[in-house]
Formats: sequence, structure tokens, C-alpha cells
Amino acid sequence: MRRYSGMAAREARLALWMLIPAFLIVFAIILFPVFTNFWISFKSVKLGELRPPSPVVREQVVKQPEQPGDELIIRYRARNTSQNVALENVVMTIIVPEGLKPVDVGYDCSFRGSRLVCNFGRWKGGFNKTLEMRFEAEQSYFSENSGKGKVLGFTIDASAPNVLTNLKFTLKNYGFVLSGREFWPTLGATVVYTFGGTIGSIILGLFAAQLLNAKFLGKGILRGLFLFPYVAPVIAVAFTWSFFLDPFSGTVNALLKQFGLMERSISFLSERSFNIDLFGLEINLPLALSTVIAFESWRYFPFAFLFILARLQAIPSQLYESAEVDGAGAFRKFWNITIPQLMTVLTTLFLLRFMWTFNKFDDVFLLTGGAAGTKTLPISVYDNAFGRADIGAGAATAVLLFLFLAVFLILYFHYSPEEQ
Amino acid sequence: MANSVSKALIRRRFPSFFGIMVMCIVGLFSTIVVIYILAFLISILSPTEARVSIGAVFLAGVFIGFSVGFLKIYSHNSLLIGIVTGFSVGLIWLVVYNFRPFGFPEPESRNIIAGIITFPLSCLVTWKALKDINILRPERGHGELLFIRILRGFGMVFFVLIVLFPFYFMLSSSLKSRAEYLQDPTNLSISIARGLNQLFVGYTEVLNRFHFARYIFNSTFVAIATVVLTLIPAILGAYAVTRLYFPGRKLLSSSILLIYMFPTIVLVIPLYSVFSQLGLRDTLPGLLIVYAAMTIPVALYMLRSYFQTLPRDIEEQGLIDGCNRGEVIWRITLPLSGPALATVALYVFMIAWNEFLFAFMFLDTPEIFTLSRGMVTLNSQEVPRQYLMAGAVIITVPIMVLFFWFEKYLVSGLTSGGVKG
Repeated sequence: MRRYSGMAAREARLALWMLIPAFLIVFAIILFPVFTNFWISFKSVKLGELRPPSPVVREQVVKQPEQPGDELIIRYRARNTSQNVALENVVMTIIVPEGLKPVDVGYDCSFRGSRLVCNFGRWKGGFNKTLEMRFEAEQSYFSENSGKGKVLGFTIDASAPNVLTNLKFTLKNYGFVLSGREFWPTLGATVVYTFGGTIGSIILGLFAAQLLNAKFLGKGILRGLFLFPYVAPVIAVAFTWSFFLDPFSGTVNALLKQFGLMERSISFLSERSFNIDLFGLEINLPLALSTVIAFESWRYFPFAFLFILARLQAIPSQLYESAEVDGAGAFRKFWNITIPQLMTVLTTLFLLRFMWTFNKFDDVFLLTGGAAGTKTLPISVYDNAFGRADIGAGAATAVLLFLFLAVFLILYFHYSPEEQ
Repeated sequence: MANSVSKALIRRRFPSFFGIMVMCIVGLFSTIVVIYILAFLISILSPTEARVSIGAVFLAGVFIGFSVGFLKIYSHNSLLIGIVTGFSVGLIWLVVYNFRPFGFPEPESRNIIAGIITFPLSCLVTWKALKDINILRPERGHGELLFIRILRGFGMVFFVLIVLFPFYFMLSSSLKSRAEYLQDPTNLSISIARGLNQLFVGYTEVLNRFHFARYIFNSTFVAIATVVLTLIPAILGAYAVTRLYFPGRKLLSSSILLIYMFPTIVLVIPLYSVFSQLGLRDTLPGLLIVYAAMTIPVALYMLRSYFQTLPRDIEEQGLIDGCNRGEVIWRITLPLSGPALATVALYVFMIAWNEFLFAFMFLDTPEIFTLSRGMVTLNSQEVPRQYLMAGAVIITVPIMVLFFWFEKYLVSGLTSGGVKG
């Protein structure tokens, strides 16, 4: 190892200190959770178990002492919040006011000063009992007004196993997810959605960039306009789309009917498939999935557009000029100069958009909620974890999603032409 | 002799078959574009519906192409003549089609105005499309050139339409009651006939009864706090990566963006679980730290790219003059990186403002809802769609205003970092 001189070591130390804040946050919120997700996927955790089980005790005074020598009877309704996880070392500490003497407290209790410490030991899951305690009231209990007529103060403590940190592992989650009837169709829909959304947004972006790669009045405004779908909040545009595509009162359906393009309304977002009769050829279009892909292409074409436009403007004009001298037309120039020049940016865009679309949750969730054949893997993660309240199965789905993406990336880098 | 000369002249003056085809096709496409755009605009901006007869458009288009093409051959100051032709075509149309170019119910001034606008406009578009093209003897490349022009025309219309229509729809339906909307779903015009109070009822309801005023405040707070929480570690980190030497620098520098690629949905379950147990889930600090972590990698990457372009000499001069690193960053590096900081800050603001997934998963207490989370409460059967759209406008407008204000920065920022979406 190279040894660092004093200056260099100081500099390295300074760099370390400067990097620590960013590193800590990213580690805690991104790297550590990725590991945790992997961990949870091997555990049987239900949504309701996330909150650790705790003892709950309600105090009720059954009988108040009237005069010295009488008994104070208190009833405690005690239960374990969890139905199946046991609580260990349940300890209740009751603060006993002056003038009360425990008569029959039953359990393993001991008096320490003014506190009565009761050791209940283990409460099984679903534990639910009524405990009764009797105290004898002495003269001083009545002379001191503070304690009389009130319930006693208490605290209760227990140790419960944490579902996340224990060391019980299972493969059940993976078995459940992989054997589910929905898994493979979901993967299929994810792949179609990802390819469709990626290619759609890149093609639209390519066309838009071609349109704006010229000097004309109002170009700056158009460029700004074209970015609208990308910068607007997803929740606003998704709700707007589902509103104007509505089959009953939506504007799009009304316009299609008015211009005579359609005879009946189409539920763009809730119809699984749609038959098109194209010159006698029956085509079965997965309608909701296509609509979601159209939305995805619409929303993200500005991203591709900006990258492609920036690259287009950097293509040296001599290339086109010499092609023109050789008599090349516009299409030849596009195929033989523009496309090769754009190849790097197009492959990068494809990679980025593919990954992001593959992981996309919000858009599909807000448009269809995963209904009508649009359930993608991220939606399935959510459905398993929160819809079915099975955190473990959700985490297993997320791990599978991660693995599929990793396999894709490996294939991509293995087969893609030389990168720069 | 004289006969053959005049024949040659006529031949030179008369377009070939191919030339006539070109004129007609260009005229046809231009007319179709113009008429259908106008019909669409009339449909959505007025209570009347426009029905266009396809056959009539076809005839008019061919006629316009033909006349504009010939005028172009025989006259040099044809713009005026083009408009005159347009008027005459319009007149013919009005007579033949019973004064109803867009199928408006009865002959009224609107029909005539529409006719007067439509046809000269078609002529002008045809004229533009035929520019620089030799109609008499079209050359080899001209067909291609025309095709591209037609494509460009359609493309422009298409893109402007798909980009603007959803936003216009959002705005107009936020100003319409359910009854008004159902009465004519294709009418998206904004009418102030019922008075301003009724017009903006969606906004007042959403802001007051649905507490959006509070959510605006929350969202603003979250977004600004995220910017601060992101910028500080990102500036320090980017500076360390570009200016200081330490083992593992190259590796770190190249793995920053890799972190950015992690699927967000993979983080949701563990963060939900752990934050629930730590009691951080339904809190704004919990949300803030997640947002900061999501934006730090890209912020660091963008700042790193920018710091690399800054000259080192000035900083070194500062160090020699006795400043320490902190002073150098504060007094020299940061003032020089104004534009980059603005870009990064805007992006982080935008991401935090627009974020939906974590806000949706984490926040349960209405007092701390952000706008994204608050929008979900409007998406129910009991709440009129008008309110939902008013909410959509409320959440969209601030980001659009910011965006237009700083468009220059944002464009450069998008391409330098590639903001995840």
C-alpha cells in the first residue's frame, strides 16, 4: 500500500469528513434498506406485526373503602395486543398511596417503598385476563385526600421479540410468490409495459427533437411546453388522464363519438382487451395496458426529447453539407448521419428509461391500480405487502424484481456494442 | 416555327402530371390539418359541436391545392391572390354546403367567420408547403421534401395538442360543475356567466374545506427543507470528490449514479417497517430524510460535474492566501457555482414537491399531509371531480411557474444529471 505523507493523509481525512454526511444519509435510507428488504423477504412478517406486541392494562376500582379497615378492590383487565406473539418478563409497577396495605394481591408481588412490583412472567399470545387486587385502607388513607377515590397509578413493562430482528428465517414467501397464479402474467405485463413505455417515449422524443432542431419563431416557448408532462406532478396528470378518458362522461369518448370515429364508449383504463377489426383482421389489443403505455410515453418523452435535442445540436453541420453535395435526400441523411450520431445517446436513454419504467409504481397505481391486466411487479410488491398485509411476501416480490432487473442489466451490458 | 415555340412555352408553363399530383396532395393535407384543428378547437371551446364532412374537405383541399399551385406558376406576387382564392373557395363552400362549414345548426355569423378564416388559412399553409418547389417539373428530392414538410406540420400539431390538451382540460374542468360538464363533455370553454364565486367554487372548497391551504404550506416546507438537507451534504461531498485526493476516489465517483438506480419500490417495505418501529413513519422529519437520501446522489453528481469545470487556480490562490477549506468553499467555490446550485435546488424542490409514493405510504395524519398526499383524499366518489381537478391545478401551477421562470437552468440540469422519473 502506498504510504501517504502528512499533507496527503490530512487531505484524505478531510475528504472523509466531508463525505460522511452524504454517505450516512444514503447508507441509512438506501443501502441499508436494500439489505433489510432482502432480510425481510426471508421472514414471515405480517403488516400488523410490525408494531411490536405490548401489554395493555386497564384499571377499574370495584369497591371504595368507606372507613378504616375497609378494603379497596381494584380490577385490572390485562391483555396482550398480539394474538400469537408471547410477551416475556411482564412487570407491572403500581404506585400505592400512603395508608393502603396490600391484603391479597395473589401474584408474585413485592412491596418496595411505596411501589408494588408485580412479576407476571410470560403472557402468551392472545392473553386476556382480569386480575383482582385487594388493599386494606388505614386511617392515614382517609386523612390524606390526595389518594382517595382515585385509581392507582401504574406502569407496565414487558419484553417482546421483535419480528424484524429475530433470527427465524423461512423460504415460504418466495414459494408463495412464485407459485402464485398471478406471478408470471404480472412479469409478462411488466415486460410489455417496460418495453412499450421505453420505446414509445424515445420515439416520441426523437420526433419532437427533430421538429425543434431548426430555427424558427417561438422555438423556446415550444421547448418549454414540451417539457410540461415531465415536470408536472404525477398525481395531477394521472387523475386528469383518468378523468378525460372516463367511459361515461369523458371528453375523449365524447369527441371520438362526435367525429364519428367510434360508435360506443371505450373504457380505456378498465377494459382488459379490445378487438380491432382491421381489414378483416381481428387484432386483440390489451386496452388498459396500451393506455398505460401511452401515458408513460407521453409523460416521459420530454426526457428523451431534451437529451436527443442536445445531441442533435452538437452534430457538425459539415456532415450534412457533404451528404447534400453527394445528393442525399432528407431520409438518407436521417438514416445515415443522424441516427448513427445519436446511437450513443439512444442506447443510454434506452437503458435509463428501461430501468426506471421497470421500477415505476406511481403511474400505473394512480391510473388503474393494477386492474385490467396492468398489474406490474412494483404494483404486485405493494399489493402483497399492503393490500394483503403480508410484508414478507411483498419483500420477496421486491427481491425478485431486483433480480430480474439485474439479469436484464447483465444481459444488456454483455450484448450491447462497445460503450465509450 | 412560332407554333412550336409557343407549344414549348405552354409546356414549360404547364405542370407535369406529377406536378399536379403534388399540388393536389399538398392542398389536401393542408386543408385537412387546418379544418380539423379548427373543428377540434370549436368543439372544445364552444358549446356548439363541429361536424366536418370528409368528402367536402377532400374536394376543397384538392381545389385549393390546384388553384394555389397554378397561381404560384403564373404570378409572382401570389400571396394576395392566394387569399383571394381562399375567399372564393370559402364562398363556394358556403353556397354548396348551405352556409355550414362546420355543420353549425343554422346559418349565422359564426359560420361565415369560420368559413372566411378556414380557407384563406388553408391556402396560406399550402403556399408555405409548396415553397421552393418547382411544381412544373418537380425534381427527385422534392417528393421527399414535401413529405417531410407534411410530416412536420402534422408533428407540430400533434405534439402541441398532446402536451397542451391535458393541462387545458385540467384547468377548464376545475371551473365547471358536474352538471355543466355532463351537459356537454366536449365543451371545455370557460364561462363566467355564473359569476366568479361559482366559477372558483372548486378552489375555495378545496382550499378551505379540504385543508389544501394547510397542505400547500406543508408541501412548501417539505420541499424547501429537502433542498437544504440535500444541498449541504451534496456540496461537501461533491467538493471532496472533485478537489481532494483520497483512496477510493475514482470508485466512489463512479458509483454515485449507481446508487441512484436502485428501485424505489424496493426501499418502500423496509423503510415502512423500520420507520414504523422507530416511530418515524408518520412524521415530516421521516419524510424529509427519505427525500434527501433520494436526491443526494443526483445532486452530488450534478454538482461534481459543475465543480470539475471551475478553474482550480483561484481556489489554490485562496489557500495560499491563508483561507482554510471551509472559507475557500464559502467564499470562492459557492459564489462561482450560482447557476449550478440554482439548477440543483430547483430539481430537488421539484422532486420533493411532486413525490407521491412515500408521502402516500408514510403520512396518515391530515395535519402533516403534503399536497400529493392530500390529493388522494379528493379522489373519491363523494367528492366532485371539479374539486379533484382544482386540487390538480393547485399542485401543478407552482411547479409550472417555477419552471417557466427558470427554464434555462432546468434544461441544462435535466441533461447534465438525468433526473429520475
